[in-house]
This record gives sequence, structure tokens and C-alpha cells, in this order.
Amino acid sequence: MSAVVTDHEHDHEHHDHKPSGIKRWFYTTNHKDIGTMYLVFALIMFFIGGAMAMVIRAELFQPGMQFVEPNFFNQMTTVHGLIMVFGAVMPAFTGLANWMIPMMIGAPDMALPRMNNWSFWILPFAFLILLISLFMPGGGPSFGWTFYAPLSTTYSGDSTALFVFSVHIMGISSIMGAINVIVTIFNLRAPGMTWMKMPLFVWTWLITAFLLIMVMPVLAGAVTMVLTDKYFGTSFFDAAGGGDPVLFQHIFWFFGHPEVYIMILPAFGIVSSIVPTFARKPLFGYASMVYATASIAILSFLVWAHHMFTTGMPVAGALFFMYCTMLIAVPTGVKVFNWVATMWRGAMTFEVPMMFALAFIVLFTIGGFSGLMLAITPADFQYHDTYFVVAHFHYVLVTGAVFSIIAAAYYWLPKWTGNMYDEKLGQWHFWCSLISVNLLFFPMHFVGLAGMPRRIPDYALQFADFNAFISIGGFLFGASQLIFVWVLVKCARGGEKATAQVWEGAEGLEWEVPSPAPYHTFDTPPVIK
Amino acid sequence: MALKHQPLTVKLAITALAMFGFGFALVPLYDVFCDLTGLNGKTAVTAATAEAAQIDTSREVVIEFIARPNKQMPWVFKPEVTRMTVHPGEIHIMNYLAENPTGRMIVGQAVPSVSPGQAALYFHKIECFCFTQQQLAGGKNMLMPLQFYVDPALPSQFSTITLSYTLYDVTSAWRGDSAEPSQLGE
Repeated sequence: MSAVVTDHEHDHEHHDHKPSGIKRWFYTTNHKDIGTMYLVFALIMFFIGGAMAMVIRAELFQPGMQFVEPNFFNQMTTVHGLIMVFGAVMPAFTGLANWMIPMMIGAPDMALPRMNNWSFWILPFAFLILLISLFMPGGGPSFGWTFYAPLSTTYSGDSTALFVFSVHIMGISSIMGAINVIVTIFNLRAPGMTWMKMPLFVWTWLITAFLLIMVMPVLAGAVTMVLTDKYFGTSFFDAAGGGDPVLFQHIFWFFGHPEVYIMILPAFGIVSSIVPTFARKPLFGYASMVYATASIAILSFLVWAHHMFTTGMPVAGALFFMYCTMLIAVPTGVKVFNWVATMWRGAMTFEVPMMFALAFIVLFTIGGFSGLMLAITPADFQYHDTYFVVAHFHYVLVTGAVFSIIAAAYYWLPKWTGNMYDEKLGQWHFWCSLISVNLLFFPMHFVGLAGMPRRIPDYALQFADFNAFISIGGFLFGASQLIFVWVLVKCARGGEKATAQVWEGAEGLEWEVPSPAPYHTFDTPPVIK
Repeated sequence: MALKHQPLTVKLAITALAMFGFGFALVPLYDVFCDLTGLNGKTAVTAATAEAAQIDTSREVVIEFIARPNKQMPWVFKPEVTRMTVHPGEIHIMNYLAENPTGRMIVGQAVPSVSPGQAALYFHKIECFCFTQQQLAGGKNMLMPLQFYVDPALPSQFSTITLSYTLYDVTSAWRGDSAEPSQLGE
């Protein structure tokens, strides 16, 4: 507790004028406050979305119907996906961007602080709308997070309207956040912070922000069309009125594929920050990392139809999308190579952030490989809509994006709180997560290849043993994340004092300010070496 | 301070708005793209002229007919025959049987789809019940004609063309002006 008191005295000494109590959080325009709120919000959403995953796994623990109705099961898969994508992963990255980007480029704050406050504070309302829709008569959205027409138009309940509005609000929030990141990076870099001196986390976020501005409006358009098809008699996706349901999939995946890179490019930036620190070597191939990130972003606009091979497509189209998809493996491979080369003959230590980053590299690569398998058009007919797909995207999103966010939290937590986290508890968190996450997602490859379809609350008896394993893995992974909360709370309340540099091998502007980072940093621009 | 950021912020906001518009522009773009490539297996929505095309007797193409009412459509709807062997260039007439077993008037709209998709570019309909909405009083039945020919330019890799119709109940959206009651079967 003494640490908290000291913090307050410290703040007063520097005359940091901020309202006290709850008003501080409502009115704040400080990038660190807003970053903290984004991160806490993402953590809460991670647990709400996780609780839904627990419902799914409980139902699938045994064949037959045990706990929930099929309609409720579908609502769980749908809202789990929406919350994890838009409520957990994306806000967590935005929170990290808010906290770290100004400190990494030597800026006093984000460029548009009032918009920053707004872009955060509309977010809880978006998810409130989505969550209360679950309590409507007929239940919440149950058409999958991809809301394919006609499931979301002809066959959906009235909660669809709430779903559409909540996606609109999430989209506006993301777009404002992205505009803020771009303007900050363009206009507020400290003198001497040239483009090719920017830390990779800043680079990857800059590219992510451009992707967000390009595709979130297309998502907004898609949900708007669903809304007007359902309620206002338009026929964008209705064949009877001259529309085409396949068009929905084109529009959705035009958003959806860049979206998956929105959720992984900042992760690349995080790992590119952590690996050099704990290998005590500069990042291998900095420039190639930047170019690889940019090429992944550009290619992401040319591959959307690989989600749609089974809709029927001319051979030339299928080949185009197959080859473009496989081409993405090249810049991704460059990145993995560079991380491994950074560690080569490095003086490595294995603190918790490094452990999560290493697990990221290995497990994300597994997810990448199953992605390559899915990219093979003829093979995709076998894998399409099976648990193989579920295994693939959970490897890239859980052991990819989520592990990177956890790694980032451990890495920068001493900078945020001024205290070191409990290393022993952190290692427990890591090993429990690593083992359980593989128990959870690895067998999904096998049941998927054997033909178990996704989004179905029941399954053939032959999948029973694997599903029991998967569910146990799921419960253990869920429970392991409680250790994380314990570490976070313990670290926020006190602990061994962190130095300014925190990690022996850490380099960058954020490590030159004291820990915890003062409320205002870089009021005068730093000198860049 | 704020003025410094304004030009870039405005540019980015305009980009976002333009992308919102682009999402909607994808709808006509998709239609044009499909018309040119036959990507989605849609045939033309207007009548083709019966050109005095050369009949290519050297090869035969099998046309398969599938007809099914949409889930919410109570009509019975089926083709007279399920397959037909034609020479490219020959004009044929094919009748579809529609029966309304309910006690009320229902308006139907048939939506065609050709598989494989690219063959749609070579399947020409001179006259089709799918060009207009069809109304049928309760308890009545009718024959709905389709007059078509296969373009002799049909690439040789296509030996079978499947024409599938899905019939939708559009009574609620019916305005009464586009439908011409068929004289057949009344």
C-alpha cells in the first residue's frame, strides 16, 4: 500500500492536475489512463468471452445434448467470437498502442486526446448492447461471428438490429483509434526519430491502423446491408429480389481477411521488441521486418476468397487466391527467420515475457502451417467448416495474438506499475497456459481432419474421447488465466521496485523514463541518438 | 496544436468514409464482374434474341433441369423432363409445372442459376417465366414455358449444363404491375 501513497505524493509534486476518483477516468485525455482503461476493458471482455467458451466446451464434453439448447449454443459460439475479436484482442492492442506509442516515439501524448477519450468510452456501450441482446426474446445473434446471409437476414431474430448497432459502434471506435495512431506517428515523432528508427511495434501498428481505416468501414457497410435487407426490404443478399448471398461473403471477407492481420501485425511488433531484449542482441533484419509487414498488409487485400473456395469459383480464380495466400508465407517466414536469427548466439534469459514470445514463435508457426494447408484449394474442400479450421485460427489468435498480448503485459508491466511482477507466479501462468492450450487446440486438428463440423452442439460418438480431452484442456486454460489476474493485481499493489530500464537488454525511449512512467512524459522532446 | 493535425485527420476521415462507400460500390461491381465472367452462374435477366445461329450438329450438350420451391414457398414446382440432349444452336421449349395447393393467391419469382458458372454466358433464354413474377390463384396450376438455345460458341470442355431454378414466394412484395398472368393452364 505504501507504494500507492508514494505515487500520489509523486504526482502532486509534479502538479499533475487531474480530477480525482471516477471523474478522472471519464474525463481523461491522458494516453496512459486511456491505455489502462483499454487494457482493463480487454481483460474483462477476455473473461466474458472465455466464460462463453467454457459453456461451449462443457456442452461438447460429451456427445448428446447436456446443458444448453442448440439455439443457445449457437449464440455462445457467435458472441464468443465477436467478443474475443472486437472486445478482447483489438482493444488490448489499442490499449498497448495508447500506452507505448507516444513513449516510444518521444511524444507527450496522442495527437487527438479528446477523440481518444471518446473512442474508448463508446466501446463499453457497444458491448453492453451486444450482451443485453442475449436476453431478448428469441435470444441474441446466433448466426456465427461471420453473420453470413441469409442466416443473418432471413433466418435471424430481432436481436440482429442490436448486433448491427453494436458492430457500428465498435467500428467507429476502431476507426477513431486508428486515425489517432496514424496522426500521432506522422506528426508527433521526436526530432531525429526517422521512419527507419521507429521501433517495430510502432511500425506494425502504423500499418495496422491503415488496414483498420481501409476495412472497418466495409464491415460497417456489410452490417448496414444486413440491416436494410432484414428490415427495410432491400435485396442486397436476397436471391428472390435479384441479390446474391455469395456477394455477402465477398464483402465480409474483403473486410475479414485484412482483419486477421489487424489482429496479428501488432503481435509481430511486440515479439520483435521482446526477443532482442532477452537475447541481448539488436533485432536481426530490421528493414526486412518493416518491408515484410507492409507486404503482408498489401497481400491481405488479395486473398479474401480463400475463405470461399467451396462456394464454387472458376479454376483461374481459385488458383489466383490459392497462390496469393501461399505468397503470404514468404514475408511471414522472413519474420520467423529474423526472430530466430536474433536469438542465434544471443545471451538469452528466459523471463516470462520471453517465454510467451518464444511460445508465440513456435505455436504461431504451427497455426501458419495449418493455414497453408487450408490454402490448398482441393484440400480445403475436406477441411472447410470443420474443427481443423477452428484449430487453425485458434493457434494464430490464442497462441498468436493473445500470447503476444500477455507477453507485452509482462514486458511492460514494471514500466506501468513501477513494480516487478512475481516471476515465479508468472512462470506458473506460462507453463499452465502452454500445456493446457495445446491440450485444448491440438486435438482439434485431428477431429477436424476426421470430419467433425464446427458450430454444431452435438457430434458423432467417434469424436467423444478427443472432445473430452479438448474440454479438459479448455477448462485448464481458462483456470490458468486466473493466475494472470493474480499476478496483475499483485504487481499493481506492490512488489520489488523496477528500475527505469527494467530489463538488462532493453533499449528504446520507453526505458529511459522512470518506472512507473510519470503521468506526463516527454513534454520536451528527447534527444534521439 | 490542433491545427497541425487537422489536414491529416481530415484526409484519414475522408478515406474511412470513402471505404464505407466502396463497400456499397462492391454490389454493382460484383454484378458487372459476374456478367462479364459468369462467376456466379447467373443467366441474363432479359430475353436473348433468337439469332439464326448455325446449328452445330457435330456435338451434343446435355441440359439438366432442376426446379425447387424455396422453403417458404408452398407451390409444387417441377420441370416436365429432367434432362434433354441438344445440339448447340437449336431452339428448344421446356415447360415447368407449377401448382398452388393453398387456398390463396401466391406470386412467385423464379431465380435461375447455371452450373458450371461460366457456362451461364452461353445459355441463352429467348423467353422465360423467370423474367417476370408469376401469380397463381389458390388450387390452380399452370405450365410455365422456357425457350432457350445453347450458344454454338460454348467451349468444348462443357458437355453438361445444369439449369437450376429456385422459386420464391414474393406475394408480400408484389406490386401487381410486373406480373403478367399466364394464359396457359388457366
